[in-house]
Amino acid sequence: MIGLNDFMIVSVVLFCIGLFIIVSKKNAIQILIGIELMLNAAILNLVAFGKYDRINNGGQMFALFAIVLAAATTAVALAIILNVYRQYKTIDPDKINQLKD
Amino acid sequence: MNLVQIMFYLMAFITLGSALVVAMGKNLVRSIFMFFVTLFGLAGLYVLALADFVAVTQIVIYVGGILVLILFAFMLSGKESLAIAQQHTTPYISLKNLPAFLLAALFLVVMLNVVFNADVNNLPWVKAAIATKNVVPVNGTINNIGVSLMTRYLLPFEVISILLMIALVGAAHLSRKEGAKA
Repeated sequence: MIGLNDFMIVSVVLFCIGLFIIVSKKNAIQILIGIELMLNAAILNLVAFGKYDRINNGGQMFALFAIVLAAATTAVALAIILNVYRQYKTIDPDKINQLKD
Repeated sequence: MNLVQIMFYLMAFITLGSALVVAMGKNLVRSIFMFFVTLFGLAGLYVLALADFVAVTQIVIYVGGILVLILFAFMLSGKESLAIAQQHTTPYISLKNLPAFLLAALFLVVMLNVVFNADVNNLPWVKAAIATKNVVPVNGTINNIGVSLMTRYLLPFEVISILLMIALVGAAHLSRKEGAKA
């Protein structure tokens, strides 16, 4: 059988790839994808540990809640990105540098 | 090496490989579609962790919802972002990305160290779960998930439904046209 270690290693590598994307990319949508990758790495850990809780299903439950939370976050973030694009005509986070109009 | 292990390594390879393509690729559209592949690989990993309901939810919500949203946002944000994304014809690991690469690599080293030192397979509660047969069975049903969702986890379930509605209203409000009188 597959041990917990293997799942955790996959999750760690995925988390670091997400971190790299967030720090290096110059596009708000790609940064959002990086955040989603990091969230998915966390969810993978929840699911892997949830295997050892048959009665309460704690891990799988909170994985479901985390997926729904990620969906809500993405909807709001994309609305914000569209607004920022309408205002600045760019979605490069480095170029968005003023709060007023 | 049995079939489950082979499937695990295949799924892990697909997931991490497509995530690396997302990280290295210069084309925004290609990276969005490789993210799609990453999500499918993760769903396969969830199935191998005996959480088939979570895997199906992952496919329905992420692939059906979030990915379509991302594609919409990408298309609505115009040709400029596409042009900017395709301008860079630098090699894969350029000097500009070196700080990000160093940060991610050092973080990877630290986290791998933590994982190997944690020895998660011998945690007391995991051993207790194995001893008391509290492990999810291979041919288990999702019956138990539904029951505990409606009993033990009823409060978080309701709270998250309210939060989802707030997010829906907020997103609709944010993306409204500025000049339109509502």
